[in-house]
Amino acid sequence: MAADITYAPVQRRFFTPGVCVLLALMATAMALAVYRFIFGLESVTNLTNQYPWGLWIGVDVATGVALAAGGFTTSALAHIFHRKRFEAVVRPALLTAMLGYTFVGLGLMLDLGRYYNIWHPAWPTMWQGNSVLFEVGMCVMAYLTVLYSEFAPIVCERFIGRVNLPGRLASWNGTVDRMLRSVNGTLGRVMFLLIIAGVVLSCMHQSSLGALMLIAPYKMHALWYTPILPLLFLMSAIAVGYPMVVFESMLASRSFGRKPEMDVLTPLSAFIPIFLGIYLVTKTADLLMRDVYPLVFEGSFQSFMFLLEMGGGVVLPFAMLLSSRMRRSPRMLFSASMLVVLGVLVNRINVFLVAYRPPRAESAYIPSVAEVLITAGLIATLMLVYRVMVTLFPVLPKEHPAALPGEN
Amino acid sequence: MDLNRRRFLQFLGMGAVGTVSVSAAAAESSSLEDASGGYGVLVDTTECIGCRKCEYACNREHRLTDLPLERYEDTSVFETERWLQANAYTVVNRFPNPEDEAKPVFVKSQCLHCLDPACASACLVGALQRQENGAVTYDAWKCMGCRYCMVACPFQVPAYEYDNALTPQVRKCTLCATRTAQEGGLPACVEMCPQNCLTYGKRSELLALAHEKIDGNPELYEDHVYGETEAGGTSWLYLAARPFTELKFQEIGPEPIPRLTETIQHSIFKFGALPLMLYGMLGAVMRIARSGHGGHVETTAEEEVS
Repeated sequence: MAADITYAPVQRRFFTPGVCVLLALMATAMALAVYRFIFGLESVTNLTNQYPWGLWIGVDVATGVALAAGGFTTSALAHIFHRKRFEAVVRPALLTAMLGYTFVGLGLMLDLGRYYNIWHPAWPTMWQGNSVLFEVGMCVMAYLTVLYSEFAPIVCERFIGRVNLPGRLASWNGTVDRMLRSVNGTLGRVMFLLIIAGVVLSCMHQSSLGALMLIAPYKMHALWYTPILPLLFLMSAIAVGYPMVVFESMLASRSFGRKPEMDVLTPLSAFIPIFLGIYLVTKTADLLMRDVYPLVFEGSFQSFMFLLEMGGGVVLPFAMLLSSRMRRSPRMLFSASMLVVLGVLVNRINVFLVAYRPPRAESAYIPSVAEVLITAGLIATLMLVYRVMVTLFPVLPKEHPAALPGEN
Repeated sequence: MDLNRRRFLQFLGMGAVGTVSVSAAAAESSSLEDASGGYGVLVDTTECIGCRKCEYACNREHRLTDLPLERYEDTSVFETERWLQANAYTVVNRFPNPEDEAKPVFVKSQCLHCLDPACASACLVGALQRQENGAVTYDAWKCMGCRYCMVACPFQVPAYEYDNALTPQVRKCTLCATRTAQEGGLPACVEMCPQNCLTYGKRSELLALAHEKIDGNPELYEDHVYGETEAGGTSWLYLAARPFTELKFQEIGPEPIPRLTETIQHSIFKFGALPLMLYGMLGAVMRIARSGHGGHVETTAEEEVS
């Protein structure tokens, strides 16, 4: 495969019916968010003293972090293991990760009772090294910095030699250009350090996120409460990295009326059944070793959700992607990847919400309509910003007008 | 829990990082012995008459409600079980006594002030801390409002002010830390109790007293001091004439709740050993992979695109 890929901003009409739907979702969520900040958490959420964590932690934060794993898994593949043929998906995955983590932060701000204290964990006098959440918080902050640094060269690339400030500011063009070149050069020299740091930080907090619920042994359902939950979280994050890249790449191709990049996605998807297989074996061994496998068929809501998570999100896509014919079919590859993505979503919801059964709770937590709308709005906003970013910056590979129909 | 930790350590050992797990095993032997200097309260539920004066005293001390004392004589509140709220640090519940229907069992609930509190271990900014005198206290100024403490507490004690938009707090019993800091100061509830039900003192002395009581009247008391070993021990201790499960006390093992997470934290991240190892390994892979691909042109290409 050619390593010299050129990237270009996408040139397409920005407003489509889909974009209008996203805008409507965003506006609704913004109105509700304003309401939440004025009237408090009680006014919009169904959170209680028994269920202090709800949809926003389970989906916006925990699932958001997991689904941003495409960033570190592709950068590891292309830049550390040096598989240059996958270079084409690194930038969109990086953008998704950067936006994903940014929105994790936004979602967290909505959920925190004292959101203006969000910087406290970074303040040395308040460090609390026993807390798993402290480790998660520090890693996420550090990784967000790495992601922005990794993306900065793309911004530089867009403007270097093309700085054209309006009006009287034009006299600064040369200075800004030199600054961009210097930032770009510096980052270029330390980029390999940042790339490795990004992978290490990801492994650390993806696993620690799984350790969070281990502090509640008397509230968690045994199907999910296992001391190797951190390992399972790391494995599932790695397993969902490439499916997420495939999923969003094909979604973006479709939205922009481009050909799906099957020449990259099909070989990339060959890794997926390997990671899913490792996860499946580990999870099964865990259930057998802890002697809790009869609970899988206990007929409770929890057991149903477990079967949904493992059957629909792991076993089915694993079986599908074992076949190279399926991996070459855009439709099947898209479906299987979406199943893995949904599987991780269900898994994180299961761990943070379904498995959590405090004995004193009078009724189960069910998210309010407003909670769901805010989560939907955050996802919609993320998609909109993604669309803006790929039209402004060279993130997606440049289209070859004469490209052959690369698919059959 | 113990089993879980051991299995986790075994697992670490399998991962060929034996040295790390050994240092973790050494760290975990930190005992709770030093906590015996702390203070606590012994609740003898056989003495409680359900007058709810402790609720009154607590609410007044912490300015939670300003209901007059007469209102606490209302026994209709016992018809449904109540639990701790942001504006109720302590509540008394009534349970039927199958042996003598005329003598129901009353149980006062509040934060148990664990010796190794899960809430304090969970808190990422140290807003919840166990003081030397045994009280687990909350510093609202540090708090971010993430409510992980509420997830962590096995007794489901901390409550939250969800209706407060700007300065919500985690709310729970403070063991009247400001009152007891003074010589001879008692928690408000203990001071108010008209019965011989609440005893404030050194936890070690309270434990001795509790066992003395059980030994002196084995027919009356269950042979179990709740809080002696639960969750690694709590500062509040209970005596009862009925099995504790009948009184809705949770069955909690002797393992301190934060052990597993703290073991994981400190074994994996001790001196950053594991992350640094991973960093070094990935760096080596990067170098080898690049040279293997004849990285002459690609190195520069990579630096531009990454």
